[in-house]
Amino acid sequence: MSRGGPHRDGGPGSAGPVTADGERRTRGWQDNLREYALDVRAGVRDGERGPLLVIAGLIVIWIVFQGLDDKFLSPRNLSNLSVDIVGTGLVAVGIVFVLLIREIDLSVGSVSGLAGAAFAVLNVNHGVPEWLAVIVAVAVGTAVGAFHGVFHAWLGVPAFVVTLAGLLIWNGLTLYLLGASGTINIDEEGLVASLTSHHFGDDLAAYAVAALGTAGYVLAARRRRSRHRAAGMPFRSEGEIWLRTGLLAVVAFAAAVTLNRFQGLPLALLIFLVVLVVSDYVLRRTRYGRRVFALGGGVEAARRAGIGVERVRVAMFMVSGTLAAVGGLFVASGLTSASPTTARAAGSGMLLINAIAAAVIGGTSLFGGRGSPWSVLLGVVVIQSIASGMGLLGVQDAVQFMITGGVLLAAVAADALSRRAQARRGRP
Amino acid sequence: MAHPPVLALRGITKRFGGVQALVDVDLQVRAGEVVALAGDNGAGKSTLIKVISGVSPADRGVIEWEGHLVQIKRPHDAHALGIATVYQDLAMCDNLDVVGNLFLGREIDRVGILDEVEMERRARDLMHALSIRIPDVRVPVAALSAGQRQAVAISRSLMGAPKVLLLDEPTAALGVEQTSHLLDLIEEVRDRGMAIILISHNMGDIKAVADRVAVLRLGRNNGLFDVSTVTQEQIISSVTGAADNAVAHRSKGDEEAWP
Ligand SMILES: Nc1ncnc2c1ncn2[C@@H]1O[C@H](COP(=O)(O)OP(=O)(O)O)[C@@H](O)[C@H]1O
Ligand SMILES: [Mg+2]
Repeated sequence: MSRGGPHRDGGPGSAGPVTADGERRTRGWQDNLREYALDVRAGVRDGERGPLLVIAGLIVIWIVFQGLDDKFLSPRNLSNLSVDIVGTGLVAVGIVFVLLIREIDLSVGSVSGLAGAAFAVLNVNHGVPEWLAVIVAVAVGTAVGAFHGVFHAWLGVPAFVVTLAGLLIWNGLTLYLLGASGTINIDEEGLVASLTSHHFGDDLAAYAVAALGTAGYVLAARRRRSRHRAAGMPFRSEGEIWLRTGLLAVVAFAAAVTLNRFQGLPLALLIFLVVLVVSDYVLRRTRYGRRVFALGGGVEAARRAGIGVERVRVAMFMVSGTLAAVGGLFVASGLTSASPTTARAAGSGMLLINAIAAAVIGGTSLFGGRGSPWSVLLGVVVIQSIASGMGLLGVQDAVQFMITGGVLLAAVAADALSRRAQARRGRP
Repeated sequence: MAHPPVLALRGITKRFGGVQALVDVDLQVRAGEVVALAGDNGAGKSTLIKVISGVSPADRGVIEWEGHLVQIKRPHDAHALGIATVYQDLAMCDNLDVVGNLFLGREIDRVGILDEVEMERRARDLMHALSIRIPDVRVPVAALSAGQRQAVAISRSLMGAPKVLLLDEPTAALGVEQTSHLLDLIEEVRDRGMAIILISHNMGDIKAVADRVAVLRLGRNNGLFDVSTVTQEQIISSVTGAADNAVAHRSKGDEEAWP
């Protein structure tokens, strides 16, 4: 359909200048094309550079710690690491949802502590069945998130203030709940304890997950490719798909072999992977996820497109509160207890900082609209590797704090720099 | 002109705190007509556009759609009537790609799962039909040039086959060729029966495509002209206030209401 053409030529007395115009226009588009090609090259470099740098950094960290202590890369330590990342990792996935809409949730550490305490008090002190206590604890996290979301979205209080107040309120409530009983030990054979203690002893489990993950990836990628090709649209080349599949397979099976040399696939890791796959799918492939990204890219644009901005905001804080609570259950599971000491630690901000650092190191932006749940996997492995290595070496807490804070600062600085570089390229 | 105007505004008033952005503004546009909206910076042009598009509804005044009284309280209401808008700031999500922006708020999906292939296909078809050349519809709009972003915003507005198109200074970011391309486009959609309200500071653009010019000054109507008979000087003096046009559109109490 070429509209424009006939009409342009039809205008009385306008034929001459417009023809000249047309030629100039063609040159203009060619310039655009060249400019654009440069942009794309830079964009791809930028998109791939971050994760590759982090992976390189992780390899360096592993080599250094392995050099300092040869137990670091042992199947036992790596298996424990794969369980220890899950509590922080789940909290960080919740943070990703909030960061994507360009907000922050500072309360997640306290909320995770609250969930652990709520579970322990209900189950141990009041004899509520475990499954029910788990549901209530998670629902508490959801409700707390909704509370923050409503204050922020409908009353217009900045999210960092609402959740900063929440940090103190929920930590206070946790200490209050635990105040009467002090430390509560949870059932070591129970459901919650098994979240972190259960391993699938059969070697087949880890291999099956690795194989399913790889096969799922390659099938989905090929299906999308064939749909694009059927519609005559470009997509990743066959070669690139196989390269990615190959890398994924190497990592997945190496992990499976390592885990099987200790106690097999940990249940915690399996749950974490399922949460990552599901949340990534929701964010990237659904209409709802598109709204989340839209909010991060421009609230006003989203509003004018008819998106219910307030509702999405509340929902994101609910997701963050829920995942903070689930993460809190994993933390309680790892400790098999809920105590005032751990509650104070949860309120001290260590978990919060680790979760934010995990999300940002992996490539989720503090400036909204850019990131993915998978970034958490990469980031939390880095964070937990540093923590685990320093633990093995017996580095004192004071130094660990400084190093963790420094890592967070480096990650957000890199995020800010990459954003500036993009802004420079983005608009002339 | 037997048909009622597709869109008619009467007595639109809007205040921001102490600023009277719009006072008793009237405006009409018919199918197949381009009405230019002229006025100095701060005259209230963008505010009027946002009233019509539901982004920030009027405090007082009525809106008639095809002769019937309607309420436009949210962007959704305007979309539902068939009003599409290209905002002065374009209102795009920089992090989303061209397809994502084109379909923002009206994605094609199957039970909530995005149909990216279909959206991309339609995006390409639309770009092709409008002879807009964006080399890759999968690049985030932040990476596009100002002219390309403008082109995407205009394509988006034309996507749902609207009846009324609001363009807020669409040529401000464009070069000469791109402007002429856009003006051609405006004439085309006008000839297909769309009603267009075009905000522009450029008298050349107005003379080229508009049928009538409505002038806003300090939030009030300050003249309504037929482009074929009015001179550029008349429009400019109306914009600057050198001539206070006693036009039927102006309501009588204006002078008292204005401090
Ligand atoms: N959201 C707002 N809040 C306060 N004042 C506003 C707002 N939007 C516009 N105004 C004021 O209303 C007047 C008209 O603005 P605008 O419609 O943007 O003018 P124009 O588009 O004609 O240049 C200006 O004085 C402007 O400062
Ligand atoms: Mg304006």
